[in-house]
Amino acid sequence: MWDYTEKVMDYFLHPRNIGEIADAEGIGEVGNIVCGDAMKLYVKLADDKKTIADVKFQTFGCASAIASSSALTEMLKGKTLADAAKLTNQDIADFLGELPEEKMHCSVMGMEAFQAALIDMHKKHPDWNVPVVIEEEGENRIVCQCFSVTEARIREAIKTNHLTTVEQVTHYTKAGGGCGGCKPDIQEILDDINGNKKKSSDDSAAARPPSQLTNLQKIALIQSTFDDIIRPGLKADGGDAQLIDIDGNNVMVKLAGRCASCPSAIQTLKHWVEAKLREKVSGALNVVEVK
Amino acid sequence: MNEQDIIYVDNNATTAIAPEVFAAMEPFLTTWYGNPSSPHPFGSRCAKVMVQSRKAVAELIGAEPEEIIFTSCGTESDNAAIMSALETQKGRRKIVTCAVEHPAVLSTCHFLQKQGIHVDFLSVDHQGRINLDEARAVIDDDTALVTVMWANNEIGNLYPVEELAAIAHEHGALFHTDAVQAVGKIPINLRQSQIDFLSLSGHKLHAPKGVGVLYRRRFTPFLPYLIGGHQEHGQRAGTENVASIAALGKAAELAMEHLRDEQCTVKALRDRLEQGLLASCMDPVVNGDPEHRLPNTSSICFKYIEGEAILLRMYQAAHICASSGSACTSGSLEPSHVLRAMGLDYQSLHGSIRFSFSRYNIQDEVDTIIRVVPPIISALRDLSPFGRK
Repeated sequence: MWDYTEKVMDYFLHPRNIGEIADAEGIGEVGNIVCGDAMKLYVKLADDKKTIADVKFQTFGCASAIASSSALTEMLKGKTLADAAKLTNQDIADFLGELPEEKMHCSVMGMEAFQAALIDMHKKHPDWNVPVVIEEEGENRIVCQCFSVTEARIREAIKTNHLTTVEQVTHYTKAGGGCGGCKPDIQEILDDINGNKKKSSDDSAAARPPSQLTNLQKIALIQSTFDDIIRPGLKADGGDAQLIDIDGNNVMVKLAGRCASCPSAIQTLKHWVEAKLREKVSGALNVVEVK
Repeated sequence: MNEQDIIYVDNNATTAIAPEVFAAMEPFLTTWYGNPSSPHPFGSRCAKVMVQSRKAVAELIGAEPEEIIFTSCGTESDNAAIMSALETQKGRRKIVTCAVEHPAVLSTCHFLQKQGIHVDFLSVDHQGRINLDEARAVIDDDTALVTVMWANNEIGNLYPVEELAAIAHEHGALFHTDAVQAVGKIPINLRQSQIDFLSLSGHKLHAPKGVGVLYRRRFTPFLPYLIGGHQEHGQRAGTENVASIAALGKAAELAMEHLRDEQCTVKALRDRLEQGLLASCMDPVVNGDPEHRLPNTSSICFKYIEGEAILLRMYQAAHICASSGSACTSGSLEPSHVLRAMGLDYQSLHGSIRFSFSRYNIQDEVDTIIRVVPPIISALRDLSPFGRK
């Protein structure tokens, strides 16, 4: 079990500001039940529409998620939106004394909920000059499929907390903590921000599949990728799949075992099976589910 | 915190050392520190206690003393059986196991997959049960070993190991079972089975940590995992952990004496807990196979809330020590592989709590849990954005 500070335990056992605000100007929702933590934050402004009058929250998650959420509500109350927008996840951790590094993603979730509430407020009241951080174009791509973490969130966490390793990024954002398939992508983002030189492009070119495959080669490569990588991967989680047919660039796949009844089967097919086939065989492939 | 204040219901994680067990091992940590291989009587005293322990462990599982190999833990026993089977079954390149195995088996199989061994993972249904027809379909003449646990540590399910051993033998494969959770909790008689290897662990049955056993059926081919001296008839090198082996012998004797209690008093505590919590908590779901389950284990999911939060509040309220399959208790980010393999819905997956009893638990403790837990569940439900009316 984790070693929490007294303040974390206090905010976990006696959380302040639980609940909903019916007439909140901004509501931020982040996370989901699949990922294991989620938070809903209600922000109510004073009559000046600049100062935060009241904040309430609902959180699904572990002790540090609940404590971080509650701490955030206390920190936000009475602040102007402009001052509140300057807070970082590190401020939540400092307020609580300390969070175990593996739990830093709980503080990040808090800040994301507040940012989501600001965006919600801005959408409802574009004339209020709500200090919204607009995400840069192109950074909204999802890097970690398991936990739906965008590139923008990873970049934000790296910059705010001066992260240097993939493991740290996982602790702060959860990205890379599921199947681990996106770890090379996270490393690339880290290298980009921290200014490390990329490996020579020759290495990556050598690992890429040949772009010109004959039909027969393509089918054989799809079959072997399916048997050697995809099925063992699915079986490790109690699932399975069957390669039904290949028609041009369409690969017909039937899910079996646990996968057949899994609520995230489509994600598995699109984000994992298709991604693997594209990586190993050809970027043009599409996976089509056959029932 | 006082140790007498603790309500310890996490006996599938580890157990208290029984006072009689401690008394049996202590002389071998102090007075009789000899090496059992030594030729002098001081060493022979240690060799003698090992003979007694071997006999007691053999009796507990219905085996012969010469079929008992002392190891350092359950994991070592599992590893030794799996690696040996691949070595001795030359030409066979396949292992059949199950999706809900303990990491001692599962991670070893994943490691072997990377070495080119074909591994089939038997799937489980919503109650965590395997299907013998699936086993019959995948076990073939290329299979070196079938390894399926006797009892699951998280949900307590019992698996049809005797039937699986027979199927394995029809194809000339060996059969191993990780019985770490089963030994001492249910009657086991290996003489009436075809099981080739069985792993057990001392600290799950009131002996200390750091001692285990690999049962190897007589004439089953075997190659040692640890290579070195001649200890354990050349089957497991390394100077014997005499004190812990003495302890395990005593623990086995006690387990034999108390085997009936497991089915009666321990089971009654477990059932009382389940009835109490099912009657008073919001949306509880009992996991596993109600028909074939260890008598001491109860795995319950509480919807829309998270396991670590429940555990910490239980401890704060009454020093209750249980465990959870939630990701936040394991240091990983993904919840229990067992519950996921069972296809539990996500509302329940993160809020599982395992209570596991021993003969040292009493009814007062169960009643405290039944009193303390329901308000915790409803308080956390009030905090949760999900499952609201």
